[in-house]
Amino acid sequence: MPNKDNNTKFGPDRAPASSVVASVEVAKNEKELGAMIAVNIDGNEIKVPFGTTILDAAKKLNIRIPTLCHHEDLHVAGVCRVCVVEVEGQRTLQAACAYPITSPMTIKTYSPKVRKARRHNLDLMLKHHVGECYSCFRNNNCELQSLSKEYGVDFYRFGHDSEPHHEIDRSSYSVVRDMNKCIQCRRCVRTCIDLQEVGVLEAVNRGPDLDIATFADMPLGEVVCINCGQCINRCPTGALRANDPSDEIWAAIDDPKKHVVIQTAPSPRAAIGECFGLPAGTSVTRELNTAMRRCGFDKVFDTNFTADLTIMEEATELLIRLKKALVDKEQVAFPQFTSCSPGWVKFLEHFYPEYTDCLSSCKSPQQMFGSIIKTWYAEKAGIDPKDIVTVALMPCSAKKFECNRPEMQDSGYKDVDYGLTSRELAQMIQEVGLDLPNLPPSDFDDPIGEATGAGLIFGATGGVMEAALRTAVEIVTGIKTEKVFENLDIIPVRGFEGVKYMEIKVPAAGPVPPILSKALGGLKDFSFLNGATLKVAVAHGTANAKKVMEDIKAGGKFSECHFIEFMACPGGCLGGGGQPIPTSPEIRAARTKAIYAEEKTLYARKSHENPTVDLIYKEFLKDGPCGHKSHKLLHTHYIKRGNKIV
Amino acid sequence: MSKADKKLVIFSDIDVEKALKNALQKTRPDIIGEVRDSGLKGRGGAGFPTAVKWNLAAAAQGERKFVICNADEGEPGTFKDRVLLTDYAEQLVAGMVLAAYAVGAKDGIIYLRAEYTYLKKDLEATIEKMRGKKMLGKKILGKEGFDFDVHIHMGSGAYICGEETALIESLEGHRGEPRNRPPFPVTVGYLGCPSSVNNVETFITALHIVEKGAKWFKTFGTEKSTGTKLFSISGDCEKPGVYELPMGITIKKLLETVGGEDAKAVQVGGASGTCVPRKDFERVIAYEDVATGGSIIVFGPHRDMLEVAINFMEFFCEESCGQCTPCRLGTETLLEGLDMLDEGRCSLKYLRELCALGETMQLSSKCGLGQSAPNAFLSIIENFKSEIFDTRCSCR
Ligand SMILES: Cc1cc2nc3c(=O)[nH]c(=O)nc-3n(C[C@H](O)[C@H](O)[C@H](O)COP(=O)(O)O)c2cc1C
Ligand code: SF4
Ligand code: SF4
Ligand code: SF4
Ligand code: SF4
Ligand code: FES
Repeated sequence: MPNKDNNTKFGPDRAPASSVVASVEVAKNEKELGAMIAVNIDGNEIKVPFGTTILDAAKKLNIRIPTLCHHEDLHVAGVCRVCVVEVEGQRTLQAACAYPITSPMTIKTYSPKVRKARRHNLDLMLKHHVGECYSCFRNNNCELQSLSKEYGVDFYRFGHDSEPHHEIDRSSYSVVRDMNKCIQCRRCVRTCIDLQEVGVLEAVNRGPDLDIATFADMPLGEVVCINCGQCINRCPTGALRANDPSDEIWAAIDDPKKHVVIQTAPSPRAAIGECFGLPAGTSVTRELNTAMRRCGFDKVFDTNFTADLTIMEEATELLIRLKKALVDKEQVAFPQFTSCSPGWVKFLEHFYPEYTDCLSSCKSPQQMFGSIIKTWYAEKAGIDPKDIVTVALMPCSAKKFECNRPEMQDSGYKDVDYGLTSRELAQMIQEVGLDLPNLPPSDFDDPIGEATGAGLIFGATGGVMEAALRTAVEIVTGIKTEKVFENLDIIPVRGFEGVKYMEIKVPAAGPVPPILSKALGGLKDFSFLNGATLKVAVAHGTANAKKVMEDIKAGGKFSECHFIEFMACPGGCLGGGGQPIPTSPEIRAARTKAIYAEEKTLYARKSHENPTVDLIYKEFLKDGPCGHKSHKLLHTHYIKRGNKIV
Repeated sequence: MSKADKKLVIFSDIDVEKALKNALQKTRPDIIGEVRDSGLKGRGGAGFPTAVKWNLAAAAQGERKFVICNADEGEPGTFKDRVLLTDYAEQLVAGMVLAAYAVGAKDGIIYLRAEYTYLKKDLEATIEKMRGKKMLGKKILGKEGFDFDVHIHMGSGAYICGEETALIESLEGHRGEPRNRPPFPVTVGYLGCPSSVNNVETFITALHIVEKGAKWFKTFGTEKSTGTKLFSISGDCEKPGVYELPMGITIKKLLETVGGEDAKAVQVGGASGTCVPRKDFERVIAYEDVATGGSIIVFGPHRDMLEVAINFMEFFCEESCGQCTPCRLGTETLLEGLDMLDEGRCSLKYLRELCALGETMQLSSKCGLGQSAPNAFLSIIENFKSEIFDTRCSCR
């Protein structure tokens, strides 16, 4: 589970979070630890380990207790009070999500007192909830709405505001905040502070005046928000949403002069089915291609192609750094950090600006694709790039910010016009009346629909690292990677552990392939790396990224790494802030499984074996990876933002 | 102020140094045993048996343990801790030393109400003096291996920070908001360490008990509510002030003592307590009947009880930390209801709905504030409904 590492108690140096410490009672003596406690819930007996919450014990009995502020990924809050239950012998009702079972007890989950209290608490929340379900993007996928139905809310018992009391905050490219719909459950606060350790959202004021606000109530677009959208995925209501560009995209599609191209990232295809009732972990790649065509997109491309290209560029960049350090004895910044997660990039720019030199100068696959479409593709297809509209289907809300970064215009135009999330595309597909799961499958469009499994696994934490290693190992050693890693699976970098670390001893030195010869200054072979130990690491979720960065600052083991993959979102892009809601460790695991299963079916699984990659370096980026042209189109620079608001 | 009118327990004479010396001769279980036998219950309002709390803290696993004095005294109409902090500071600190010895703590903290900042200097002087007399510091009064010291932490000016877990959050530098309980502070408290949080009066009473014996203490009070208690008495009476009275005193007797015989109602336990009407003045002040942390507010015959209810509810709206739904929005809804009553716009049906909401708040709020916020509302509506409707009938 990705967030397990964060679930430690607050140390003295932690940001003040929601007022929640461990939810589990500390055993009074050794004997109690590991003891099994008998509980009776609604007449059913069960034994649970000491410290299990009432909620979890009920789950084991398949008894549903409603929750609202509780979220599997987050610290326990116990603030909404809809999960209250009656514990025999106790004067007050107890919050099932927060109450640890430490002695035998009898519990009633639906007694008259319980039902009345839940209903009242819902009635109270609805008092100031200003929003209409039929004009809300969470219609039919809203926890407040479904609870209201479950508890038979048919009137506003304690009144209801007729007018909104907050202005909608649309200042951010990524996240829209409509606090009129907020029910103060603080999931977003806990997400931002505890899960992501960014901390731009907080509870302010007391009593009925309590609000969820940004620092000094600044617009979200002006604070240190990294746009990860993790708060959106955990909000139970429509109070938080991504900045939806679908109206503009429809307008472009409907404009006959525009050539609208969509590139699709790997993660949405493993998740978008959830919006159509499919179980998590159902891949709908080829059905989705058909759906996007029927929506009216002129071309459907695979971002995995530029993921492969990213690997070529990023691996080359790493080899250049290594050569400079070891052969030319120059001062070079190490470790090299991946740069494909715009949430991570902004996190670093804000909190570790002194390390921008470590960031790979490679653009993310989304942005590489953007500039390739408006240059190489435009040229090949004979279309004026000013008439091309590029849309990027992404699992991510930060991609919306990224495509709006002013430096991302190397093609001479805005490289990517719109970042579209999985949720938003699902909406567009529904609007067209398509039944996604049952559409006939179809392929990506040529010429840049070709991609390898290496590009596909970018969606999972560790995927970029695995893809890079598959290529780098083969280039450096001259040995087929599958001879080094069985089935090409590099297991140590996979999985949901918050931080992963791996050492690879370089067993042999191969010749420098002609394509890299220029970038490496005519070097003949990789003997300078022979016998060396390559150290790499992977971190997902910015809380874990912070741990690694602090270790690097302190000169710990991660400072000796050569290459580190960072993803802003827990679980990697599969758990991105634009993915279908809800999210949970199980859902993310299912999506991951789907991606790794799909990649096994692809004929090429190493980026440098992608024939289109070969072609583009022959035809277009003629001076090779990290060459002049690729530097212009595929690389970028960063801003030392610091904590000052940008 | 007639604080030392009678010298029963708390105001009785004691030689602090001698008392501590004697206590340190005893074993830890003996001290906790004496306190248990005395039946002492926490004087901060919740009435939790002090010996049980100390025992849990003593048994809890932890490298470090804390003894914390709750001197946040924020309940409207309570000022008895101020008297103790002003004139009996040495006894308080000695009581903390005693508790520390009993539970095995090395660090003590006095969480002092922000409004009492003016007392800080004197308190610090007392602490310094006691360090000089070896009643604080290393090897206290020569007791090998017993080190303990106390420092003062200023409160943040919020009533909710008197709730022990919110107090701990505040000590840790967070927003003062109550935690989920369990775990209780005795196992997971300040900085995650076992902590015993006690009221000022509790520490002082315990010191007297250990010195003079549980038996003596039990000569005062009732079987279930032993000993004496300090009362902060205010409102419509001739002699407001801090009184030490035995537990189990009837409200009638108490009113006679303070010159408030003509009262129409008495609010026992501050804003979070209950409003007792004249017809119930035979009821006794004790844990088994009307409990209190010490605040008694007397309402004379001319008082408008709806106004009283509104004042209390405004207090809770201000002071609710806003964390949990029933309290954050329940207080507001009840206050709106009171305003509707005031304007003659509240139907009986809606009033019943509001009373039911009050019960929900009592049952489902996260902490004692929300759980007790509707008490005054409910008791005033119950006892003064006809007065309220008579004076505010919409057909008036
Ligand atoms: C809202 C609220 C405010 C409180 N304020 C105080 C206070 O000011 N002083 C105090 O001693 N206890 C206060 N308490 C009670 C404490 O939570 C705690 O029970 C007490 O400090 C324990 O000490 P005792 O066992 O000695 O009574 C308050 C409780 C609540 C719910
Ligand atoms: S947030 Fe939920 S309840 Fe509110 S308007 Fe949207 S769908 Fe309806
Ligand atoms: S998008 Fe991410 S950084 Fe921004 S407020 Fe939400 S959780 Fe925090
Ligand atoms: S914005 Fe959403 S997640 Fe945050 S407190 Fe409001 S309802 Fe909860
Ligand atoms: S009951 Fe009131 S004061 Fe207590 S936690 Fe809930 S909102 Fe805060
Ligand atoms: S889900 Fe338990 S209090 Fe909110």
